[in-house]
Amino acid sequence: MEFSSPPIVAIRNLSKSYHRGNQTLPVLSNINCDIARGEFVALMGPSGSGKSTLLNLIAGIDSADQGSIQVGGIEITTLSESELARWRAGNVGFIFQFYNLIPVLTAYENVELPLLLTSLKRRERRDHVEAVLSVVGLSDRMDHYPSQLSGGQQQRVAIARAIVTDPEILVADEPTGDLDRVSAEEILQLMDRLVSGFGKTVIMVTHDPRAAEKAHIIRHLEKGELNDAP
Amino acid sequence: MGIPYSYSFRNLWTRRLTTLLTASGMGLVVFVFAATLMLAEGLQQTLVATGSPDNVVVIRKSANSEVQSAVERGQASLLESAPEVAIGPDGNPLFAKELVVLINLKKRGSDSPANVVIRGVSAASLRLRPAIRLKEGRMPRPGSAEVVSGASIARRFKGGGMGETLRFGMRDWRVVGVLDAGATGFSSEIWGDSDQMMQAFRRQAYSSVIFRMRIPSEFEAFKARVESDPRLTVEAKRETRYYLDQSEAMSSFLRILGMVLTVVFSIGAVIGATITMYAAVANRIGEIGTLRALGFQRRSILSAFIMEALLLGLCGGILGVGAASFMQLITISTMNWQSFSELAFSFSLTFGILWKSLLFSLVMGLVGGMLPAVRAARMNIVTALRAS
Repeated sequence: MEFSSPPIVAIRNLSKSYHRGNQTLPVLSNINCDIARGEFVALMGPSGSGKSTLLNLIAGIDSADQGSIQVGGIEITTLSESELARWRAGNVGFIFQFYNLIPVLTAYENVELPLLLTSLKRRERRDHVEAVLSVVGLSDRMDHYPSQLSGGQQQRVAIARAIVTDPEILVADEPTGDLDRVSAEEILQLMDRLVSGFGKTVIMVTHDPRAAEKAHIIRHLEKGELNDAP
Repeated sequence: MGIPYSYSFRNLWTRRLTTLLTASGMGLVVFVFAATLMLAEGLQQTLVATGSPDNVVVIRKSANSEVQSAVERGQASLLESAPEVAIGPDGNPLFAKELVVLINLKKRGSDSPANVVIRGVSAASLRLRPAIRLKEGRMPRPGSAEVVSGASIARRFKGGGMGETLRFGMRDWRVVGVLDAGATGFSSEIWGDSDQMMQAFRRQAYSSVIFRMRIPSEFEAFKARVESDPRLTVEAKRETRYYLDQSEAMSSFLRILGMVLTVVFSIGAVIGATITMYAAVANRIGEIGTLRALGFQRRSILSAFIMEALLLGLCGGILGVGAASFMQLITISTMNWQSFSELAFSFSLTFGILWKSLLFSLVMGLVGGMLPAVRAARMNIVTALRAS
């Protein structure tokens, strides 16, 4: 695949194994992959194929055994743990299957969390949080706790949290896995809007073919190897 | 900026029953800690308040208290004529020769016996202690078998009340007055005429002499002169110093006892806090993974959980100090081992005890929360996220 501009994610010869006792379980072997800026990519594959591991490696929350991962021109495999944490805070937005909102914080406070790692003042943080909650259509729910929201609403709060620092990349691990069909459709439309309207790059792991259909590109992982969609 | 404090506070609030139970355990320890310090403080305040800085107590050299002391009549007369002694408005020296004897009286209600200080006093004795006033009745007439009781004696001992009769020294003594000595050791004494007491107890020497300094700043010079005088085998102390020395052994004993109890109890409370905080970490593994993924550093996680443990400790501290503050309403009586006499005093909560208790509760929270917080901070992000 050729790109008119450099890819936002460039993976070269990436391998990753897990160790259990004396056993070594290879998960990813010699992966090479480029993802263009502003693309909506779905990673599919059977359970244990390594798609979540690949997503975690791109997001900088797991470390590779060998190979290179460049995201936005930065080689993240050489960053220290605290450098990676700072990098994630500014460059990656996370969307999880079970939303992973902090139950004791309100929707507003959950969305504000990543901004606490920036130098923004309280007033500026408020402007950002209100803006993204309006993008996800939850301006009237900002004082609600997660337990007071439906699954779809919680996932929208999680998406607001993912985009509040304006990262280039959003990583989503089964974002519709815990939702009914209507809510799942709303979330996928919202993610599609983030790509088409806001220029975000979305990398989504999913089992659901209907969810994958929303993506521009579908990649299959099987036995640790990456293939283009059949 | 790290994880907001509201995160730690609200997590404690969400688990309020667990928080309350753990904080109560810590509160109990803080209660014991604060109460023993309050007891020692109350004892010290009572004994120190008993003395006046302008007064000088003279006792036999190397005697620790008036009970062990003997000042010969001749030595007392020499001291009485010293130029340092202040003169009262009636032209007589503000100088009292006093006898201190311990007797055994039965308490009201329980009938259990306890040692009580009998003080043979002179005419100037009451004037030398301006904090003491006659609450009821009158002072004993010189040469009579009359006594006045401290308010605490009148209330707690059989025969010690106004108009009642006490038997000691093989004589009956009528209580003709009650002294209000506030929160001082004199509340636990019975006063009578010193010459009558010396006859009754067959004593040849006074226990101590007490006088007001004419110029209080000249005390050191007076002390040096008296203690180097070969005719006098006595030592002079400011009255406040004398009573402070009296309280030292007892209050040190109370403090050490309190510390030992507190250390033993605090081990249990710290283990309780550790279990609670480990449970908090175990229940929030997914949250920890999420916060780390969002970009919060390990130290932010560590400080959020330590903050939670400190808040837990502070809750315990507030509960403990709150409960201990009610102890101020209680007056207890115990044996003062320095004078072997019964002494009534109250628990006293000072600002120093308050902050020491709260600091102690924070330390318990910190120690209890440290291991769980380290565990939370060391968690692997992917493993933590999988647990959610």
